[in-house]
Amino acid sequence: MSNHPTSTTLPITDGLLVVVKDDCETCHLTVPVLEHLHREAGPLVVVSQDREDFPPGMEVIHDRDLDISWQLQTETTPTIYRIEGGEVVNRQAGWLRSGWEQVAGIRDLGAGLADQRPGCGSDTMLPQTYRRLLRRHSPHRLTSRKVELGSSEDLMEAAFARGWTDGLPVTPPTEERVAAMLKGTDLYPGEVVCVLPPDLAECTVEKVAINAVMAGCRPEYLPVVLAAVKGAAQSRFNIHGISATTYFSGPVLVVNGPIRRRIGMNSGINALGPGNRANLTIGRALNLVVRNVGGARPGGVDRAALGSPGKLSFCFPEDEEGSPWESLAVERGFSSTDSTVTLFAGHGPIEIVDQKSRNPESLARTFAWQLRMVGHPKIAGLSDAILVVSPEHARLFREAGWSKSRLRQELFSLLNLPTDEMVAGAGGVAEGLPPAATAHRPRVPKFAPGGLWFVHAGGDAGMFSAIISGWIGGAASSQMTTEAIDLKGEHQ
Amino acid sequence: MTALLDPTSERTTRKRPLSPRLPDPAGGTVALLDISKPRGDVFIERLEELFAQRGVSTRRYRKPTFSKPAPLDLRRKIAAECTAVVEALAD
Repeated sequence: MSNHPTSTTLPITDGLLVVVKDDCETCHLTVPVLEHLHREAGPLVVVSQDREDFPPGMEVIHDRDLDISWQLQTETTPTIYRIEGGEVVNRQAGWLRSGWEQVAGIRDLGAGLADQRPGCGSDTMLPQTYRRLLRRHSPHRLTSRKVELGSSEDLMEAAFARGWTDGLPVTPPTEERVAAMLKGTDLYPGEVVCVLPPDLAECTVEKVAINAVMAGCRPEYLPVVLAAVKGAAQSRFNIHGISATTYFSGPVLVVNGPIRRRIGMNSGINALGPGNRANLTIGRALNLVVRNVGGARPGGVDRAALGSPGKLSFCFPEDEEGSPWESLAVERGFSSTDSTVTLFAGHGPIEIVDQKSRNPESLARTFAWQLRMVGHPKIAGLSDAILVVSPEHARLFREAGWSKSRLRQELFSLLNLPTDEMVAGAGGVAEGLPPAATAHRPRVPKFAPGGLWFVHAGGDAGMFSAIISGWIGGAASSQMTTEAIDLKGEHQ
Repeated sequence: MTALLDPTSERTTRKRPLSPRLPDPAGGTVALLDISKPRGDVFIERLEELFAQRGVSTRRYRKPTFSKPAPLDLRRKIAAECTAVVEALAD
């Protein structure tokens, strides 16, 4: 394929055009039809995607670079087109006798053939080829609708009025700002990042960039936002359910690897709070994409009874350098040199105060007491949780040589809770586990295996850690999801 | 004049009218869909009794989990086998 973009004109201005390929059984079946059309239908051009000598004995245009097929937006071979004045006015994809007869204006086509036969995928639809063609034909063109505003309209008010914001003002997404944002990635604006629930809308790099501008991101944050959007669209993460639930949760993002420092994220003082542009705007950009592209708006699909402030933005990096343990990303199977973003359906934080413990046994007990509160002290096995361990608390584990798995094991043991306290009605509280689920089990684990995670972050002073409570964990609801961040110039 | 780029999926929603009321539910089959929320079965069982008293035939279905949309196959099955659906949405 040559590298310079082309502006293709169709090889026929008025008449019939059929796109075929040798590597398609249905195309072979329709060869007699093509011969019939050639004899009786007037001007006809046969375009072959893969071979210049298919169909044999016919005059064929070999669409070697697939520019003709691309211009025709061919998705299936064979497809027959009626062209008038250089424009497609009618088409039929695959073999359907009635459709071909209608397009060709000829009756009794394909005697001896079945009435219909599905075609094959056009070569333009092969993922690699599709991307090449997209670049070739629309390398930098922005295709989003332009919303023209009057000279006296306030841009921020205009964004509110159109329902694009999360309730806070947004940076107006002008074409110049979006073009600048796109410099943060090597991907092309029209590339589809994912199909995003709940609306199952195609989400392009351009749409992510527009929402990243609105959120206040700098271009170098864009790769993190793109990875987060990709992760959110994974079925295991279930952003549809997270958006629709009456519960509190939203997407919580934990960023790991070299990109944290490169873009200046804050894992220290106020790591979960305000003050850092990257932390705040990356999380916000994801939520704006889910709202504007995915279609999950509060009061619409989003039915949260109370919601939580973290649904505006909840994003922070791990303090890997000061941690006594391997990072979350390493636990998730990545290397410490990979940049990743991990998505968790959660909310919070719930505080953990312990200023008196001086050994890990005591501190682990404090953690366990507070972790029991996730959801409800009498509910078990439902939600996952992330424990954000601050430097002053982490120091106790480091000094005593406790690994992360040792702490996890200790917590699972402390949180293997007595059934008689957990069952519905116990303690004079109707909430609790159903008796049938607890029969013959003297104890029940608070967290499912794989349901408790640790991240190291926070300022150097303060013997406080935090729990980020989850929504419903497990394969039936939402599972933690980690995406590698595709860094500019390194993605292929 | 300034132009802003549209941050949405640019889809327009199509408004669909409600289906007409069934003239006589006894003539068809009513799907009772339990979405796997706690106590959904209590609601469904009571409805089943009430429909039975009125001579309406019912069929029971269950979503694997309330936290995800119903699988396409289940939706198709219900559409093929029933004329109406009652869904037990909340606990």
